[in-house]
Amino acid sequence: MASVQSRGARIRSAAFGYSNVAPFVFFALFPFYFMLVTSLKPDTELYDLKAVPFLVQTGVIDDHYTFLFKKSDFATWMLNSLIVSVVATAVSLAISILAGYSLARLRFPGVNSFGTAVFITYLVPPTLLFLPLSQVVVWLGISDTIWSLIVTYPTFLVPFSTWLLMGYFRTIPKEVEECALVDGASRAQTLLRIVLPMAIPGIVCATLFGFTLTWNEYIYALTFVSQTANKTAVVGVTADLIRGDIYYWGSLMAGAVLASVPIVIVYVLFLDYYVSGLTAGAVKG
Amino acid sequence: MAVGPRAIEVAGLARPGRLARLHEWWEREHVFGYGLILPALVLLVCLVAYPFFMAIYFSLSDYWVGSPGEFVGFDNFRAILANDVFHRTVWNSFVFTTIAVTLKTVLGVWLALLLARNLRFKRLIRGAVLLPWVIPTALSTLGWWWMFDSLYSVVNWTAIRLGIFDPPGPNWLGVTGYAMTAVISVNVWRGLPFFAITVLAGLVAIPREYYEAAEVDGAGSWHRFWHVTLPLLKPVIAVVTLFSTIFTFSDFNIVYILTRGGPVNTTHLFATLAYQVGLTGGNLGQGAAISLFLFPMLALVVFLQLRWIRKD
Repeated sequence: MASVQSRGARIRSAAFGYSNVAPFVFFALFPFYFMLVTSLKPDTELYDLKAVPFLVQTGVIDDHYTFLFKKSDFATWMLNSLIVSVVATAVSLAISILAGYSLARLRFPGVNSFGTAVFITYLVPPTLLFLPLSQVVVWLGISDTIWSLIVTYPTFLVPFSTWLLMGYFRTIPKEVEECALVDGASRAQTLLRIVLPMAIPGIVCATLFGFTLTWNEYIYALTFVSQTANKTAVVGVTADLIRGDIYYWGSLMAGAVLASVPIVIVYVLFLDYYVSGLTAGAVKG
Repeated sequence: MAVGPRAIEVAGLARPGRLARLHEWWEREHVFGYGLILPALVLLVCLVAYPFFMAIYFSLSDYWVGSPGEFVGFDNFRAILANDVFHRTVWNSFVFTTIAVTLKTVLGVWLALLLARNLRFKRLIRGAVLLPWVIPTALSTLGWWWMFDSLYSVVNWTAIRLGIFDPPGPNWLGVTGYAMTAVISVNVWRGLPFFAITVLAGLVAIPREYYEAAEVDGAGSWHRFWHVTLPLLKPVIAVVTLFSTIFTFSDFNIVYILTRGGPVNTTHLFATLAYQVGLTGGNLGQGAAISLFLFPMLALVVFLQLRWIRKD
């Protein structure tokens, strides 16, 4: 009994949908638009109370962006962020693939308790452990270097990726593995040649989220590193572009926009993975 | 005829040498299983479990940055519990978490219902709505900071011209109630996509037959939502809400960047207060004690989540 809608009802329904979604889209996007506009405005217009804030009226300029590269360590911060994100994600992924496969597929005493332990650590907020970890990195002699981040980021990435990958490994039919084992492949070969290729969507997903979570991480990067040259992009922009009571809003917004660009690029290319990963793993929100 | 070890070797039936025995041992399911989780286990024990016990030790000692202190029992907790700023922080955390999570749940379900409609540019709309969740929170919060600026606030500029506020408009981040409103708004802005997209996935999974049956029964759209959609979404909403509760309760970035806990500590949360006391002030013992107050909430959420998962 399919309900056949009249043309008028269809139009009304569509109008209702768009007009109700529009405020959400506006709410979501406006801050980014405003940051971009601010970063392109000359200071005279920026601090003119009579000017309309939504537009650039006196000509688009790139001064705020050139300031970042000529008078701040922005390029170094971006490089640091890139190194930390790539290395921490890669290491965490390797650890998580092994653990995720083991917990999802193998049977041994205690496997369920380990699964639960991973889930619990996944729920531990970084703000609970940042103080003791700040001392751990001092004892390890890596305080104030990007190594302090490469070493500590897996603490939240591994539980998350393991949990996400466990879900993906469970969807692979068990028979495929059993066939390989019967044919004389070793367990390691089965994992590497049979299971991994089938879990690629999950691995891509874990990589994307790993990169995003590490690039965006704030409290550890703020706490463990104080030298300007070793800061990540997010901390460098929020901490070092603000001087005293005078805010360099133009360059501050330019830094915020540029430091978000790598994430935006990855996001636009892999949007569907983000959506599926978010729903599959119930990522930290 | 006796077959010597040499003959076995030549025939490729390698004698059970050390390597072969090791290989056989490694192929056992439980050995392989433990072997694979070992790296993760070492990491979690050394960098999660150990720091957690250190946090407990810190909280029971007179530990300052650079000078390991002595065991002082519950002195830090006594000092905190007698402190007005801490009382204010407890109050703030509950207000912040309750209002933000409620708003995210209600608006998230509403947005999910809208996104489930068959609109053109569906993918584009979803992409736009999810963006605040993907962009580094610390950086987008800088944008909000500028939007709430005491002198050049675009929010006030617009509201004044629309006749909502009298000039010069509220000083968002400098006045008690407004600062909390600002901090909650940014948290909702940032967390809403997570709710909407997750609830949307739950929504898509509801079989169409349920709706058709309700339609046959003559149920209106509100009725259908209340008696069909919502009950079926309950598990998803419960999981998302629990998740969000722990991460809203332990939030740091938004408050730290927008207000640093001010004005007069009226937006401090546990994490920002722990940072201020433990790192800015150098009193690691008290800082650790403050951050440990996140633990009961964590334990509650873990307990409820595990119960929920077992039930499924």
